[in-house]
Amino acid sequence: MSIFIDRNTTVVVQGITGRDGSFHAKQMMEYGTTIAAGVTPGKGGQKFEDTVPIFNTVADAVAATGANTSVIYVPPMFAADAMLEAADAGVKLIVAITEGVPVLDMTRVYPFVKERGARLIGPNCPGLITPGQSKVGIIPGRICTPGRVGVVSRSGTLTYEVVYQLTRAGLGQSTCVGIGGDPINGTNFIDCLAAFEADPETTAVAMMGEIGGTDEQDAAAFIKSKMKKPVVGFIAGQTAPPGRRMGHAGAIISGSAGTAAEKITAFEAAGIGVAKRPMDFVALLKERMR
Amino acid sequence: MNIHEYQAKQLLRKQGVPIPPGEVASGPAEAEAIAAQYGGTVVVKAQVHAGGRGKAGGVKLAHSPGEAREIASRIIGMQIKGLTVQKVLITPAADITSEAYVGVILDRASKKPVFMVSRAGGIDIEEVAATTPEKILKLPIDTRYRLQTYQAMRLGFFLYDDYKQVRAAAKIMQQLYAAFMSNGCSLAEINPLVTTPTGDVVALDAKMVIDDNELDRHPEIAALRDESSEAPSEVQARNANLTFIKLDGNVGCIVNGAGLAMATMDLVKYYGGEPANFLDIGGSSNPEKVVNALKIITADRSVKAILFNIFGGITRTDDVANGIVTATSQNPLTVPIVIRLTGTNEEIAMKILGEHGFSASSDMDEAVKKAVELAKGGKAA
Repeated sequence: MSIFIDRNTTVVVQGITGRDGSFHAKQMMEYGTTIAAGVTPGKGGQKFEDTVPIFNTVADAVAATGANTSVIYVPPMFAADAMLEAADAGVKLIVAITEGVPVLDMTRVYPFVKERGARLIGPNCPGLITPGQSKVGIIPGRICTPGRVGVVSRSGTLTYEVVYQLTRAGLGQSTCVGIGGDPINGTNFIDCLAAFEADPETTAVAMMGEIGGTDEQDAAAFIKSKMKKPVVGFIAGQTAPPGRRMGHAGAIISGSAGTAAEKITAFEAAGIGVAKRPMDFVALLKERMR
Repeated sequence: MNIHEYQAKQLLRKQGVPIPPGEVASGPAEAEAIAAQYGGTVVVKAQVHAGGRGKAGGVKLAHSPGEAREIASRIIGMQIKGLTVQKVLITPAADITSEAYVGVILDRASKKPVFMVSRAGGIDIEEVAATTPEKILKLPIDTRYRLQTYQAMRLGFFLYDDYKQVRAAAKIMQQLYAAFMSNGCSLAEINPLVTTPTGDVVALDAKMVIDDNELDRHPEIAALRDESSEAPSEVQARNANLTFIKLDGNVGCIVNGAGLAMATMDLVKYYGGEPANFLDIGGSSNPEKVVNALKIITADRSVKAILFNIFGGITRTDDVANGIVTATSQNPLTVPIVIRLTGTNEEIAMKILGEHGFSASSDMDEAVKKAVELAKGGKAA
């Protein structure tokens, strides 16, 4: 088991002929992900890598292949349209990798996707991977190994850092989910924590948060009241100055809200193991998984 | 992206928001001329991207053109929260009978723009929210249906008792919402929205923050960026497609990915050092980006050691290694450098670095500790 994706995941790649889309479509295929279709308007009828059929629309791709998941690599100004298109075509899991999507666009996309009963992950995220089964997005497959730790994070390379250390220490992962660094995203910590709590193959959860917003505080309250499985957390941005956007659009301390200290206090109050350094995840998880 | 008050007011005027006239001066003589043209008492307001301008002495009344000149000469060049004031806005002083707060912010929790209005205007709205939240009405807006008339009226009724003023305020809500949406804002604020003795409802101050992700779609807004109000190193970094924020420490950090960059800064602090900056070279880095990043870091005299922390995923570590070699052959380093690389093409990267006399580690903690020690004047690399 796992959360959100497994070996039955069949993927349509939106933007499959673009620079990023084609590169990562190949990487996903090499990892063993079932890439059923690609979409590039105007290139319908062609094939990607001589094997994957390309369609003009997501609706066509879904009708012909039954793809149940979409991954989006289109440029930021077209990303909202791509998400709406995927939801409208009946895709149930939409993973938006694109960075730089205007936040106001997401205010239209989010309720639409919800109303269609689809799950959106991202935008501005590395996607997700269930090691040994399926990868949807850009997380490097070789740093992951199958196991019992669920990983959820707002960042990309920091996640790789932690997953790499877990793998080296013999702690495999059930599923790793990068929920993205934007202020409005489709899936939050609580969605992932609830799924990990319900997943019989997950024993413990590692979560990497960062400054900005209240997602981590809400997650802490959820963990305290609804979760039995142990959680270890980390917050990036303890040295970040207020009022400055630290790369991610969502990583900004506004006024006195969204600081790392506030989030760490919430973690501690909820009984979450707090990793002071990325490397601390290994020991804290091992302690709790005994 | 922040824009100045006078720029925000121009955008609001375009939507029809009633705002008293105002002109910008970059020098005392200009300020005097503008004040003379308006006659009577004027307000001289520092145009700077910082809150609390009034408390800092950046907003003053002038009763004559001569006084406006004298005040402008004091405010221009003044430092407010580390930023130098380059321009002042001169605007006729208004008679005020009440002050309200009106703002639209992109709210992460409701995932919508939220209107916030309060009769307690003119002061810090965060304070009102903390101490007397019942004095604020919050109204989330579904952007698919826009701001409806009944919603605008509800906001107006919350602010005023006089029906004429309610309707005037409702109209301003619509205009503010239009400005917020059409300019790709993450915040648009009128504080204060005042009533005058004659019963008019007028906006006296305005603030707008633009979502950086919207700038490609709004070149006219992007053109409002005032580079003179930013640190030159940050302007240089942005033009090189790097995300850079100057901090007070002495360990220069070059990292790929925002989360890892923050975690690296935190680890520098954990081991007793102070980061000199946040610098994210981004996902698909090429050697050119690394060269630019090193230029920016080495230009900062407070940097005593340079720390690279690269986790290669999409980023190829050999690209980074080539960038380091190119940059340091053009401009030899005067401070020690510590390189941590792991991931994609790590072996090739290590070989390139080794051939050019650099050593690199694959362990993050080890590298950070070493950089902190070197910045403190420890043994050289």
